[in-house]
Order: sequence, then structure tokens, then C-alpha cells
Amino acid sequence: MKAITWQGKEDVRVENVPDPSIVNPKDCIIRVTSTAICGSDLHLYAGRIPAMQPGDVLGHEFMGEVVEVGSAVEHTRVGDRVVIPFTIACGNCFFCQKDLTSLCDNTNPDAAKLEKMYGYAGSGLFGYSHLYGGYAGGQAEYVRVPFADVGPLKVPEGMSDEQALFLSDIFPTGYMAADNCDIQEGDTVAVWGCGPVGQFAIWSAVKLGAGQVIAIDRFPERLRLASTHDRVKTLNYENVDVFETLKHLTGGRGPDACIDAVGSEAHGTSLDHWYDLVANKLMLETDRGHVLRQVIRSCRKGGTVSMPGVYGGFLDKVPIGAAFGKGLQFRMGQTHVHRYLPKLLSHIQDGEIDPTYLITHRMDLADAPEMYRTFQDKQDECVKVVLTTQSLSRKSSDVTNTAATLNA
Amino acid sequence: METYSTSAPRYDELRDASSCNSSTGCRNVGHNEQLGSILAGGGLLAYGLMPNAKLRLVSLLAGASLIYRGVSGQCELYKRMGIDTTAEQTPGVDHGRGRKVVSAVHINRDPRDLYGLWRNLQNLPNVMSHLESVTPLDDQRSRWVAKGPLGQSLQWDAEIISDQPGQLLAWQSLPGADVDNAGSVRFEQPSSGEGTVLRVTIKYDPPGGWPVAKLANLLGQGLQQEVDEDLRRFKQLMETGETATAAINGAQR
Repeated sequence: MKAITWQGKEDVRVENVPDPSIVNPKDCIIRVTSTAICGSDLHLYAGRIPAMQPGDVLGHEFMGEVVEVGSAVEHTRVGDRVVIPFTIACGNCFFCQKDLTSLCDNTNPDAAKLEKMYGYAGSGLFGYSHLYGGYAGGQAEYVRVPFADVGPLKVPEGMSDEQALFLSDIFPTGYMAADNCDIQEGDTVAVWGCGPVGQFAIWSAVKLGAGQVIAIDRFPERLRLASTHDRVKTLNYENVDVFETLKHLTGGRGPDACIDAVGSEAHGTSLDHWYDLVANKLMLETDRGHVLRQVIRSCRKGGTVSMPGVYGGFLDKVPIGAAFGKGLQFRMGQTHVHRYLPKLLSHIQDGEIDPTYLITHRMDLADAPEMYRTFQDKQDECVKVVLTTQSLSRKSSDVTNTAATLNA
Repeated sequence: METYSTSAPRYDELRDASSCNSSTGCRNVGHNEQLGSILAGGGLLAYGLMPNAKLRLVSLLAGASLIYRGVSGQCELYKRMGIDTTAEQTPGVDHGRGRKVVSAVHINRDPRDLYGLWRNLQNLPNVMSHLESVTPLDDQRSRWVAKGPLGQSLQWDAEIISDQPGQLLAWQSLPGADVDNAGSVRFEQPSSGEGTVLRVTIKYDPPGGWPVAKLANLLGQGLQQEVDEDLRRFKQLMETGETATAAINGAQR
């Protein structure tokens, strides 16, 4: 099959790789119909994640049709149209039963490596390095999906791929960011970063009752997109002093909750390069700790800092004294996607949100290498890239037809 | 629980049957001497491999046989002369000797389910990757074959010394074991009342002594790492019915 593979820094290629098949009894195989490039894929693209190996199949936002199920799969059936959560969860462990599915105990074959860094390891993830299991990702024609009865969500008839696709990651991730803010009616929520996750966090904050949402970015097209919702004000941090402006907009008190949708995703190490990696991380964080520092300073006393943006290693010069002195609370972590799926699906069904408003680029899977570059450089006002496999499937079916003809 | 003193004579009776069999022969070299043999043999081998070595063939052969003597604990010369420096007539691991491996894991299953799997000793090689086979000899005794850190096959007979269904299972090796060892598995109820905390303790007198065990640990092949990973897989199997893998097809697994 064709798949988008990581080969090295800024080197992503379409390659032929072996087709996946059922390995464990609770697996299913998905024929991918739509997949997307996530902002966090760009960190793999930039070569910031050392536990990647050349040939790894990328992609953790995908959906498609079930083409095969394992012997122990009870509910998911061949022919189902499903969207797949990017976090892999078993459904039975202590964490899954507490709805903390991104912390699942049983799906990360690389857990021992991650435990060396973190003490305890999170769940396996699709297409996200050999610290999170080394699972082949969804920017491919087919994917092996473990625990078919736990993850895959059946897409209702009449709902398009584009409407459902973002349930795999960015919609629940933005929603959990707002949910973690424990928003009270009328609260002010400030959101740093208006990429796809920030956009969904903004929508969700409004949905959950925020009286005012302040969106912060520097790309005009992203700020424009954010301002399409009611009750949203935008700040271009290149033009204004963020702290002072937030203070002004909140009558001198500061936002009730602050969402850091920028992050510094640089997780991962192989043990051999532990020391080098730490050094790398520190350099990265010198650049990017800036947002979290500003968030901590700007947040009101007793407020909440919510961090959907991913951090991987260590942060330097975090103003922990300010956080303590103001009695802030911090909420963070990989998204517990499974927990939010039924609710968010019904929001889409009810027409309360049409997630397709974020899509700026619709391309073919084979165009992925070019689109990584476009997205990385924020060329062409790129916000969200969706890739379909239509032409590939056409080619595959041509092959099948030819074979059928030959057999006939 | 049976006390050691009352049952000691029985172990001595068993010893001849279990320590000298056709496949492993008799161990007759003490542990310190085994270690000495390995170190001296290693030195001779290293010397024999040097470019200017004199008596190269003699050095290599002598080095290799000393290492064999150290690893296997068997000495042909001693056997002919009737010497035995093992001086280990006791079951389990002597006080003050050996290494201890402790590992614990929470499993979202009833303790009785888990106990049942462990009590059925033939199942253990499916759980513990260092074991090749466990064959019950009778209700209490069993014959164990394990992989050693240098790839050698190690064998011993063990007996169950405590068996409290749903709570505790403990065993120790009988005299004449290739590796003296003892261990227990506890099935504890956590304070939350949910599931089971499985706590495994294994004490063993490593073949080749502590340097070999240390080296194996450094190479990531030590018993501690193995037991930790084994328990992780056991938990996965018990909670989900399968073990996690990123393989994309059966051939890769």
C-alpha cells in the first residue's frame, strides 16, 4: 500500500509499505478515506523527536471504512464508517475505567522507555514515535487499529468525512482545553495560539458559557477565523502588549482562565541520547517557554491555566513563584478523546458546529510531502490540510478490475 | 507452613535424584570458585587472542574449559578425585547470599483469577520469559528449566513451601539446583478494593556470581528488567486478553 513515511528531518515521502493485517484478536483494519496533517506532525517533520525511525508511517488523524475485524471484536463490523481516536485505549484498565483514556496502561509497547523519563507512561499513539508505541499512522491507505470496540466511532449516515474527521484529535483536544477551565457563565478565557486546536478551544469556551474569549496569535488569517464566533476579541501579539491588553479587557483583574494552545512539543528520547536530548530540550524551551510564562503572568489570581499545547521535556525559568503566589491551578495532558466523542458528535449532528470551517487545503494523500512544507512554512494562509485517498483507491480498484478481467 | 528443620532430611534424600541427572551432570564447584574460574578463564582467553601470544592454542583451550567449569559448576577432575566444594545441602538461597528481584503491578482482576493462573505452574513460561519450562513432578514439587544470562540452560527442582489460594504462593529450589533460588507471589487487595496488587519476589544466587548478574543488568538482560516486562505483559493479557504490539502484521510480531 501507499503510505506517507518519515525519512529524516524535513524529509517525508510517499512509499510502498507492506499492507497491515490483523495481529491481535481485538484489532480491526481500516481502509483510510480521509486523513489530516496535525500541527504536532510538524514537530516530527522538523526532526525534533529523536525516537523516530526512517520509514515510520506518519499520521494520527484519520478515518475510513472497516475492512477486516479480529476474532474477538464484537461490535465494530466490516463496512462500518469510523473515525479513530489518536490515543489507543484498552477500555479495561484503571485509567480507561476512569475515562482517562490517554493514560491507558496497556497500549504502549514502548512503556519501559517512556517510564525512564516520566516515571509512568501514557497510552500508545498512532504515528507518533517509538516512545508512544511505534504504531504505524493513518497517512496511509490502510491502518491496523487495536481495540476495535473501544476506539473507532461509527460515523452517522449523511455526515461527510470532513465533518467527522477532526473528532480524531483536534476537536476533542480543543474541547478538553476549555472543559479543563471549569468555565463559569460569563468568564473571560484567553487563548494563546489560533491554530486548529486553539480554534476549537475558542468555539468550546464560548459553547461552555464564556462571556468573553480573547484570541492571541500573529497570523491575520487565523485571527480572522477566530473572530467569526460571537463574544471573541482578537489580539495580534506583534502589535500590542499582551499582558496590559488582557488586564485592560478584564477590568484590571486578568482572565479567569488561560489556554496555552501553543506548547512546546518535543517529547521523546532514546536512552542512548538522554543527555543530548535534555540539552536539545532546553534550547527549544528557551524559545517556547515564553508563552507559558506569559500565561502564568497574565492569569487572574485563583485562575486556571489549561495546556492542550504539548510539552515533552523540561522548561526553563518557569515563574513558579507567580503561579504559587496567585494560587493558580494547572490542567494539562494528552486528550482523553474517547470521553468526548459522543457529545461532540452530537454537536456536529445538531449543526451547532461545522468543523470544516478550518480546512484551507484539500489534497490527495500523494501530495502530503508538499503539504508538510506548506503547513510548516504557513504558506498560502494554511490552517488545516485534509488529504483524501480517492485517487489512490481509484488506482487500487483499477488494479483490482484489471486483475478481475485477467482472471475472467 | 512446614518448617525447614523438620523437612531437612527429605531434601537430602531428594538431592541425589535431582542434582545429578544425565543432562546436567553433577555440580561440584563452589560459587566463589565458579567465579574465579570464569575470571581466570576470561584472562587466558584474552591472552590467547593477543597477537603475540605464546602457546596460543593451550591458552585458548584452557581458558575455554575454565569458563565452562565456572559457568556449569562442573569439574571433571574434582569428579574423578571425589571432591565437591559446593557445600550446599540446603534448599532455597542461603542467608546472606544471592540477589533479590522485586516487582509489583496493579491488575484490574480478581485475585482468585490471577492465583489460578500462577498455581498452574506449567503456565509460568508463558508469563516469565526467562523460563523455558516448568514440569510438575507431584502436587508440591516441579522441575524448572530457565535461560541463563549467558544463554546457558539452567535447571532445578523446586517445591512449593506456602500455598494460600488467592493470596500467596511461595517456592524454593531444592538442593543441587544449577541456580539456588526462592520466590513468592502475593495477591494483595489494594486499599481501593479494586483489582489486585501482584507482588513478585525472586531471590537467586546468580550463576557466575554477581559480576555476571551485574553485567547482564547493564546490558538490559537482567532478571529485574525481565520480570518488570513480564509482569507488564501479564497485566495486559489479564486486563485486555492480548499483549500490546505495534506490529502491522503477524510476520512482524
